[in-house]
Amino acid sequence: MGAAPASRDVTSYGMGLAAPLALFFLLFFVAPLLQLFWLSLHNDTAGLHWGLGQYLHFLTDPFSLGVLGSTLLLGAEVTAVCLVLGFPIAWLYQRVGPKLQTVIILIVLLPLLTSVVVRTFAWIVILGRQGIINATLQSLGVIDTPLKLLYTQFGVVIALAQVQMPLMTLPLITALGRIDPNLDDASCSLGAGSWRTFFRIVLPLSLPGVIAGCTLTYAAAITAFITQSLVGGGQMLFMPMYLYQQASTLQNWPFAAAISIIFLLAVLAVVSVFTTLGRLSRGYGGA
Amino acid sequence: MSGRKRTLEAFSFELVMTLVAIIALILIIAPSLVVLIVSFTSGFSLRFPPPGYSLRWYAELWDAWQLHFAAKNSLIVALWATGLSVVLGVAAALAISRSQRLSARLLDSLFMSPLVLPALAFGLAALMLFSLVGLPVSPLTLVIGHTVVCVPYVVRNTVAALAQLEPTLLESSAVLGASRLYTFRRIVLPLIRPGIIAGAFIAFMSSFDNVPVSLFLRDAATDMLPIRMWQDLEGKLDVTIAALSGVLIIATVAMVAVMERVTGLSPRNSE
Repeated sequence: MGAAPASRDVTSYGMGLAAPLALFFLLFFVAPLLQLFWLSLHNDTAGLHWGLGQYLHFLTDPFSLGVLGSTLLLGAEVTAVCLVLGFPIAWLYQRVGPKLQTVIILIVLLPLLTSVVVRTFAWIVILGRQGIINATLQSLGVIDTPLKLLYTQFGVVIALAQVQMPLMTLPLITALGRIDPNLDDASCSLGAGSWRTFFRIVLPLSLPGVIAGCTLTYAAAITAFITQSLVGGGQMLFMPMYLYQQASTLQNWPFAAAISIIFLLAVLAVVSVFTTLGRLSRGYGGA
Repeated sequence: MSGRKRTLEAFSFELVMTLVAIIALILIIAPSLVVLIVSFTSGFSLRFPPPGYSLRWYAELWDAWQLHFAAKNSLIVALWATGLSVVLGVAAALAISRSQRLSARLLDSLFMSPLVLPALAFGLAALMLFSLVGLPVSPLTLVIGHTVVCVPYVVRNTVAALAQLEPTLLESSAVLGASRLYTFRRIVLPLIRPGIIAGAFIAFMSSFDNVPVSLFLRDAATDMLPIRMWQDLEGKLDVTIAALSGVLIIATVAMVAVMERVTGLSPRNSE
């Protein structure tokens, strides 16, 4: 008992410790997804007739394709807004003292921890007909009738950008922190201006962070069911709500399963494109 | 002359970056502040700024038994899901961190995948499987579903904490004759505790806030707080919801303050 081999590695633990969680995931994560895939390959609700009918239905239906397209576009718009607004926050974070750094981190983290329903509710208050923006513009005499901000693409993008901003900003803060500040000085002393230094030195070197942030923001934005449905309203339909309607209201499980699989594949495709870009950019950043 | 141009150019860059950063920070914080202010209104609508201030909607909240019931359910499910996530997640993190084996990397990807996959699709899939094996939806299925989507936070934060642990500490402890269990209890656990707590905290918050999984896995009798709020908001703009939001925001800020004291929510931990 006491004669444990001297070569035994005391710094790591056996893989057996991962077994309970692996089993849990196998039963309650992998198995459900396989069952989802299995059902999506059936043409009837009972799951008796094999076929690709559900996928053919989705891929030949202009309405379904439109929902998929607008969801993917929404993700791109939200990611772009988050990047443009999130990068300066990360930049500012590297320039201020430790006290202000803590303040910035807390401001960035707070929405991540606040309930999504609460955050979305806030945007309804802000964007509504009697909301802050309309009330302010009306009292300034800029507009006579309230602008329609809620239930528009603009409203959904802004609300989602605020909700997902931390997912973009945190990886950017980490990435910018890894850049040698001397590079900045070197570039400037060699005659490049601040803008040029930013676009030619800082931005390329922070690409791993940009890509990590974009992946998280994009995946979160297109799956953000609550914000999409509350700020978007009934007129705008995105993939999560489409899936939910088919599954819950219409009880069309095989079609809902096919929507889920197509949506899953779309998310995976985007994530793997970003991951590949990330691998390439790391090579670039290290060069 | 060119020196002056340089300064002007540098100034324009700093000005634009700082301004955009400040606008972005205001954009992040403004919605929470607006809800907080509106929740103290004395009026019946969500007009901003409010016509007057009172605590009437918070008093109203006191009698809203439907919300109390939903909040109790959400709390119970979140506590169970967090407990299960910590037990399963910490054990798994110990196994896969530091290991260069392919199986460890694959398990890591598997345990992280609920973070990127659409939770609604997982909720539907879990409902289908449970109905196939004849397990009716109940608080139990809710806890199982929530654990799947919450455990990645515990695994990620614990792995990050373990990565910062000096392996020499473990070797020294072993050389001095401590058993593995003793070393774990007296050396490893105290050092990774902040990571575990941070992970458990985020897991708890995300379970308490979860809608997509709960939508499919709850039974009719189990009302969950975020779903209740969401359905209330679809119907009408209720000021009581603003007061409830106020309570949730204040509770979150308080908990974040405690967490900051206990662990320090550095960007490294939450990356």
